Amino acid sequence: MEKQDLKAVMDVKDLFFTYPGAPEPTLKKNNLTIYKNKITALIGPSGCGKSTLLRAMNRIHDLYPGAQYEGKIDLLNPETDKMENLLDLQKEDELIGLRQRVGMIFQKPTPFPMSIYDNVAYGLKLSGLKNKSELDGRVEKALKDAAIWKEAKDRLKESALGLSGGQQQRLCIARSVALKPEILLFDEPTSALDPISTGAIEELITELKKDITVAIVTHNMQQASRLSDYTTFMYLGDIIEFDETEKIFVNPSVKLTEEYITGRFG
Amino acid sequence: MSGNLFRNLSFFSATLSLFILVGIFAVLFSYAQQSLHEFGFDFLFIEEWEAGEDDEGGIFGGYIPIIGTLLSTLIAMVIATPLAMGIAIFLTEIAHSKIVKPFSIAIELLAAIPSIIYGMWGLFYFAPIVQSTVGGNGVGLLTAGIVLAIMVIPFMAAITRDSMNTTPDVLKESAYAMGATKFEVIKDVVMPYAKGGIIGSIILSLGRALGETMAVAFLIGSVMSIPKGITDPTTSIPVLLANNFAEAQDLEISSMYYLALILFVVSFAIISVAKFYFLGRKK
Amino acid sequence: MNRLVLNKVVLTLSTISALIGIGFLFWILITLSYKGIASIQLSTFTNDLVEGGIRNLLVGQFTMALMATFIAVPLGVLAGIYLREYGENSRMTSIIRSLSDVMTSAPSIVIGVFVFALMVEPFGTYNGWAGVVALAIMMVPIIIGTTDNMLALVPKELREAGIALGGSKKQVIMQIVLKAAKVGVTTGILLSFARIIGETAPLLFTSANNQFFSMDLTDQFPSLTVSIYNLATYPDEASRELAWAASFILTAIVLFINLVGRYVTRHKQ
Repeated sequence: MEKQDLKAVMDVKDLFFTYPGAPEPTLKKNNLTIYKNKITALIGPSGCGKSTLLRAMNRIHDLYPGAQYEGKIDLLNPETDKMENLLDLQKEDELIGLRQRVGMIFQKPTPFPMSIYDNVAYGLKLSGLKNKSELDGRVEKALKDAAIWKEAKDRLKESALGLSGGQQQRLCIARSVALKPEILLFDEPTSALDPISTGAIEELITELKKDITVAIVTHNMQQASRLSDYTTFMYLGDIIEFDETEKIFVNPSVKLTEEYITGRFG
Repeated sequence: MSGNLFRNLSFFSATLSLFILVGIFAVLFSYAQQSLHEFGFDFLFIEEWEAGEDDEGGIFGGYIPIIGTLLSTLIAMVIATPLAMGIAIFLTEIAHSKIVKPFSIAIELLAAIPSIIYGMWGLFYFAPIVQSTVGGNGVGLLTAGIVLAIMVIPFMAAITRDSMNTTPDVLKESAYAMGATKFEVIKDVVMPYAKGGIIGSIILSLGRALGETMAVAFLIGSVMSIPKGITDPTTSIPVLLANNFAEAQDLEISSMYYLALILFVVSFAIISVAKFYFLGRKK
Repeated sequence: MNRLVLNKVVLTLSTISALIGIGFLFWILITLSYKGIASIQLSTFTNDLVEGGIRNLLVGQFTMALMATFIAVPLGVLAGIYLREYGENSRMTSIIRSLSDVMTSAPSIVIGVFVFALMVEPFGTYNGWAGVVALAIMMVPIIIGTTDNMLALVPKELREAGIALGGSKKQVIMQIVLKAAKVGVTTGILLSFARIIGETAPLLFTSANNQFFSMDLTDQFPSLTVSIYNLATYPDEASRELAWAASFILTAIVLFINLVGRYVTRHKQ
């Protein structure tokens, strides 16, 4: 793999995270780098903290007051080419700005109770876009990027709740992609879907990485090895190993990683 | 509207109910002062309710309305509880799933009928029946108690049913698997499991029955006398207020505020006990 | 085999209880319809109470109930939003939630007495506004409860998805969460409306009654329920009949609204 085209867009440095009211941190001294236009997978047994780490990256933990962070999560500012600690952001509008740059797709498809069009346009309208033709254009592009334009184009005004599970998930992806984020975080995006929809979404994610950087949490190791360029193996809140996916799956450096990969636990 | 303004408005709305509660207590307490000073705690035992000469002073005691409230409610609870339990058992354990829905709707409709309609129906249809079967004047403690029971049954049945439905199926199945009869499963598994909710529903219904006004006003006779027999007419706190509050003045109206205060505090206490100790807060 | 006999007995008694309950429902509805329909004429709807009809009473009762709704809905829904979306499980939130719940069962006559002291005595006259306020006080805790519970049913992922797209808390609440809970919240409002439109005790000494057609809320205001109470006690046949007609119509309205509310939520399930 050529090292020249590697650019770090997010750098997690010595991150500790404690849930509100928890006696101990769930994440312990996590260090991780997310590279531009690559797919980075987070794997590990249940309770290892992979979702917790992902959710720190767009500060969504802040919805539940009382959470504590220590350390840094540096995010690259594309205009100044400098790293800025996203844990420093305090004000609501700063956090809103963060989330427009770092989007998230959840395990359970979450279509809003509105039409397909309105769902995709939601984030755009929030950011202030009002011009109808511009909105139409962005919505169409987003639906195309999410590979659901064909199925949706004749039903734009119908409720999004009428779509199937796999379609709803692609709609959620379209919704997030419409905002042209720099990074998309996927939290087990296919675990609630059937195998065919899963395949479609995996194809989609692989396409998306051309323009967007992806971080994906998955409990499915095969998925991680199929999709990702880099893999992070976590266990009990620690990052045990972080490396190129090929290396992790073929020749891991740490014994624990090897045991997990070969199915000896988890 | 800014986010902060919205949040503050919501907070204000939420605290409003707190203010109203405190306000009710404060207003009742202050308007009852005259009577409180005049009679103190003896108010609870004084049997007279008479204006003085020239509408000055007088003796007003809460004994009769309090007794009337307690007795009518007691009769209602004695009748309502077994019936409500029976209906709850029917709905949860006996009825076919197809029957459950329409039956539940029927019970809910019974609960939705306004109190004054119960009064009308009770006065013209039910009271004569009581009169011809048990004697007396038709209107009195018994008639009021029975109709009050009919009003309370749907409420109690609904809450009991909901509590019983929380029993996990596996628990019931284990008992059936040991050869228990339906009644035994209800008695030994469901009832103990739902115990809190069931007791809570009884106490809550009691709290509600205490404050019931219109139906009782039609049927209890509205007479300021102690009922010697179960069919005798008497009065209750809500009925006394409904009938006489408007014309009362001075010490008499202050005594009515006193009664309202007693009713409010007692209902509040009983309902709170039901909700906190037995029903728990459903999150 | 005593156990089987006991079982049969208890189950039979329970079924009988259910039949008794249904029996009373039908007894009441049938007698009400029989007496009510017999007493209804055209003049019932075209005349005001002073002329033996209930026109002004229907208008009056609806007017007060609607005004109470306009006051209670924003207060109740906002309070419910606060408890569920901003409350954060603090002690204050639990206390308000519990107290509001208790208030839904508070004796309505006491509320009438309270509003009398606040809004009738100082002004020296019964007035429609006092009736409106009394009804609103009864409605608010009910709406708080249903809004709170309906918002709780909205899955947390929906909120997270909204926030993840850059929505502010207020935007996510109003545009997504409330929308998702729309049906349940509306039903709660509808059912609380049905509850207060049939109330009598809170109106007895707040808005009292008015024989004439009036839309003046600063004075005694016509009420269907208070009229039934008065009419039922008059000795003459005509008053009795009018009371039945009014009772039938009131019950029909209340049950209709209830059925509509239940029908709407049934479809949601």
